Order: sequence, then C-alpha cells, then structure tokens
Amino acid sequence: MNALFYLLAAITICGGLAAVMLKHLVHCALATTVAFAGLALLYLQLDAQFAGFAQILVYIGAVAILIVFAILLTRGADLPKEGVFSSTWFVGLVIAAGVFAVLAWAVLESVRALPQHNAVPAVTVHDIGNALVGRYVLPLEIVALLLTAATIGAVIVAMHEKERPKP
Amino acid sequence: MTTPLAGYLLVAALLFAIGLAGALVRRNAILVLIGIELMLNAANLNLIAFWRYGPHPEFLTGMMFAIFSIAVAAAEAAVGLGLVISIHRHTNTTDLDKMNRMKG
Amino acid sequence: MATSRLFTNLDQIFILLRNWLVDFLPAALRPAAGIVLGVITIVCLFPGLFALTTVFERKGLGRIQNRLGPNRVGPFGFFQPVADGIKSLTKEDIVPFSANAVVHFLAPLSLVVAVFMEFAVLPMGRNMVLVDLNAGLLFFFSMSASTELSVFMAGWSSRNKYSLLGAMRAVAQMISYEVVLLLSSVSVVMIAGSLSLPKIVDAQNSYTGIFPHWYIFTPWGLAGFVMYAIAATAETNRSPFDLPEGESELVAGYHTEYSGFKFALFFLGEYLAMFAISGLGTTLFLGGWSAPFSFLTFIPSWIWFFSKVMLSIFVFIWMRGTLPRLRQDQLMNFAWKFVLPFTLLNLFVTALWRFMGDGWMRWVVCTVILAAAYVLMGRLSMRNEHFGPRRYRYAE
Repeated sequence: MNALFYLLAAITICGGLAAVMLKHLVHCALATTVAFAGLALLYLQLDAQFAGFAQILVYIGAVAILIVFAILLTRGADLPKEGVFSSTWFVGLVIAAGVFAVLAWAVLESVRALPQHNAVPAVTVHDIGNALVGRYVLPLEIVALLLTAATIGAVIVAMHEKERPKP
Repeated sequence: MTTPLAGYLLVAALLFAIGLAGALVRRNAILVLIGIELMLNAANLNLIAFWRYGPHPEFLTGMMFAIFSIAVAAAEAAVGLGLVISIHRHTNTTDLDKMNRMKG
Repeated sequence: MATSRLFTNLDQIFILLRNWLVDFLPAALRPAAGIVLGVITIVCLFPGLFALTTVFERKGLGRIQNRLGPNRVGPFGFFQPVADGIKSLTKEDIVPFSANAVVHFLAPLSLVVAVFMEFAVLPMGRNMVLVDLNAGLLFFFSMSASTELSVFMAGWSSRNKYSLLGAMRAVAQMISYEVVLLLSSVSVVMIAGSLSLPKIVDAQNSYTGIFPHWYIFTPWGLAGFVMYAIAATAETNRSPFDLPEGESELVAGYHTEYSGFKFALFFLGEYLAMFAISGLGTTLFLGGWSAPFSFLTFIPSWIWFFSKVMLSIFVFIWMRGTLPRLRQDQLMNFAWKFVLPFTLLNLFVTALWRFMGDGWMRWVVCTVILAAAYVLMGRLSMRNEHFGPRRYRYAE
C-alpha cells in the first residue's frame, strides 16, 4: 500500500462519483472518462500493461466517444425539467449501500485467509498472444463472433426505419 | 487495510456500489448505461487484482478474463446505446420513468 | 578503426551526452534523471521542429500556388514562427460567455499532453527510445485514441454550432480511420512478431546485397503502407481529409472559439500528431532509423529517422497543395467501402506471406491477390460512384 495507490484510487472513485452525481449528461460522460483513466492506471500499477492500454484504447477511445455521441443524438445535453434523479432514488441508494456493505464485509473477512503472492509476474505481450491462440482460443473465437453480431445488431437497431404510413 | 489485495478489492467494491447506485437512481437511460459500465470495470479491477496476487499468474486466467470482458463491454455499449437511440426515436424521451409502456 | 569509432560515437552522441550529464548525480537518482532528460529533449525538440515546419509549409504552399509565402521576418522569412509565437502569446485569451469554462480550458491541454505521450515509445535512433514498452504499439494507439475526446470537448464546450459540427465530423472521421490505422499496423506486427517498436525496427534492419529489408518493399507492406498513409492523413485532419476544419463551411471547425495561446496549443497538437504518426509510419514500414542502403550505415541513425519523418511531412504538405477537399459522404464511403475491406484483405495476404515460406512463389501470389483486389474494388466498384462536380439540389 503506497501513496500512489491511494491517489489513483481517489481519482477513480471521484470520477465514478462525479459520473453518477453531476447534473449535466456530458459532464457525466467526461467524469466517466476520468474513472476509466484511473482504472487504467490502477491496472498499470498491478503490472497488467496490456490490459491497461487496452482499457484506454477501448474505453476512452471508443466507449466514451459512443456515449457522448449517444447523448448528442438523443438531445440529452439539455437539462430535464423534472430533475435528474428517479422518483425511487432513495430505494436505489439503500440497495447500493447495502451491496457495498456486504462486499466490504466479505472482502475484509476473507482476505486474511487468502495466500498472498507478491512476486511480480513476468508476463510479456508474447505470452498473452500465445495464451490467446492456445489455451484461450475458443473464447477468442466466441468473442470474435459476438463482436461481429454486435456490430451488425447495433447498426440494425439504430438504423433509420423505412417511412411507413401511420395508422 | 491489511494487504494490497484487500485495498484493490475494496476500491472495486466501492466503484461497483457507485455504478449500481447510478444505474438505480438516475432517470436517464444513458446514465444507467454509464453505471453498468462502471460496474463492469469494477469487476475487471477485481479480476486483475486476483491475477496479480493469485498463486498462478503465469496461466493469465484473470488477465484474459479482464481482456475478454473489455471486448464484450465494448459490444455491450454499442448495442445498448443503439437501443437508447432507437427508443428515443420512438418515444422522443430517454427518461426511464416515462418508458413504462410495452407498446410504442 | 579510428573512423569507425568516431561514427559509432556520433551515432550514439545523444546517449553519451545523457550518460555524461547523469553521471554528475548520485547513483540513486540516475535512472530517473535519465528519463527526465529524455522528456525535456522531446518537449523541446518537437515544438522546435513544429516551428520550422510551419515556415516550410507556408513557403512550400506558396511555391505550389505560384507566390512567395512569408518573406518579411528575418532572412527569407525564416523567423516568421517567432513572430507568430509572440503574437499568439500576447493576444487576448477570449472565452465565450456561454462556454463551459473548465472543459474549454482542459481540451487543448489534454490534447497536447496525450500527443506528447506518443513520442515516448518511438525509437528515434539506435538505442534512442525513451521507454521500450513491451506493448509499445498499443500504447501509441491508446494515446492517439484519447485525443479524440479532447477534440469533442473543445467542440462541445464552445457552445457554437460550427465548433460542434466540426468536432462531430472530426470524431467520426478519426474513429473510422483509426480502425484502418490499427489494422494496417497489425500486418507488420504479424510479421515482426512483436508490439515493441525497437524490435520492429530491428526486424527490418538487415540487407540483401545493398538493399534493406524494409516492409514497404514487400507486396503486403506496400499495400499496408498506402492504407496507413491514407488513414494517417485522415487521422491528423490534413487535406484532402480536412473536413473538420473546412473553412468554406465551418469557419475553423472545433477550434473556432479558441484564441491566443489555447489556439496555439491546438495548432501545436495538430502538427505534433503529424510528426508522431509519420514517425510511427517510418518505424513500421520504412525501417525506422536504419539506412536505405548498406553502404550508408555509417551516417548516424537519428539523421535517417528525422529525414524520413521530414520527407513524410513534405508529402503531407505536397498533398495539401495539390488535392481538393472531399465531401463528408465521400470520405465515409471511402473509409468503410474501400480502405477497410482492402486492409482486411491485406491482413489475410500477410498471413499467406508468413506461412508460404521463402521463395518467389509468395511474391507472385501476394502481388496477384492484392492487384486483383485493387482493380476489382478500387477501379470497377468505384466507377459507379459519381465523383464528378457537385450537383446543387436546392440552389438552382
């Protein structure tokens, strides 16, 4: 546990909190980006270089852009009159707090029982590539299929519908 | 906080709770998607922390799980936002409280 | 013997200089100080190069358009960037009243920081790389992908319809062409077997007779390089893909509402992105810092790297002075209907090349496949697209 970890954790958590609490939707999307970047740095801190860079590439480079595009396409940039929080917000908050309490209790209770291996794993991109086409080749193929299906699906869902006469 | 692993797990748990709160509390459908993304990310942090401090990092299990999860999350975001745009086109709103009818 | 020693020292002069400077410090601080020195060099060198390039660009464009270009400040106008710099520093920094001040401020800053990060993994000479990351190529692309968000931030926070339209165009264009950029680099990774950029250069740094083994001199490499160059032009928003800042329709695109130093930062970021993407193209396809002929290896490696980068910059300027701007639908159709399928095919051809073994067979097969695909996709299918003069539907 060092200062860097606390700093990165604070950035991530603040980004996440801002993302769900800010009023303006575009600000929320930008705050999410901060959380994503903090997580990528945490991955780097955990010696997972490949996953960290993939996180930046996919989340900041693609998902965040998708989100802001969706916000602009749905006119989400204007503030709604009824307020931004749902009518049952209190219940949601209680559920989230409960989930966090249970998770934190479980972590603190069980982590002592886990053996700790602090040795830095020497994993290169080469190993990851070999694992992807060796041990994990079936998941890789399935992900490829899923991504193709998702691309086609997203295009079809968001495509302009043909004008049909309204009844 | 006793060990590094516990620290990472607690951060992940907190982020998961924040994401869950966001998904439950906000009105806007896009914000709900953002909450879900945060929850997925928290799970990824867990996986990578377990990989780093687990007994067999050379098998790359946790890392691979996280990488696949990132790929799947990208697909999920694309489809989810496509759905939101399509719903917006139908009902002219992204407010989840108003989307309470099955018929468009 | 003495001359070869001299050339080796000249080749490594920056490394030797760094080591000499770092040796003044206590041993514990040396690695950190070495990295700090490298960062300072990059932060000073590339803006200097940027200043030089702006003069060359304006002079070159002037030459192409049959006029003189800047010629007032200093000999032949070479001190023009100094004047420009003083002007942009002393100009009033205007933030529009309804703009989102924090985002408006952060946008140029995050853009320039992300672009500077890209230089960290580029090998600019033998042993001259700031950090030799295992996943260097991925790092480069992740940094270049995160500039897109800054462009959006700039356009959205200005509260100006031209800014927003320019930003949306820029982001859509950058996302479409980034896919191509990544996929054309993947073919190099398939052959070199590494994501680390110094290793990719090492893989090309050998000679048959006097000719080098650069990847551009293979069928898949040539096709990949052409696709990479197209995508790089679009990614840096240069002409003929400079729709995001099309002056005739959008004032200046996403940086319409920026003035003074913030505008200068955008300008700097655009040129730095150009340098970075040319540097990556040089590293991937043009052999990085290796010499073009085996008898020229005595010339220091960093000279080769920077000459190749400046050569690509010259081509950028040449294209800007020659080609007219595309229309948005042409741009998107070109990306998704021609460039992307061709790049995907190129990946397949690269795999063929990899597994067909040595011999002349693979040259013939790969060339035939790529040429046939080019003729089929590029010539025949594009014949139906009407690239004639614009027809005005409403204005007539």
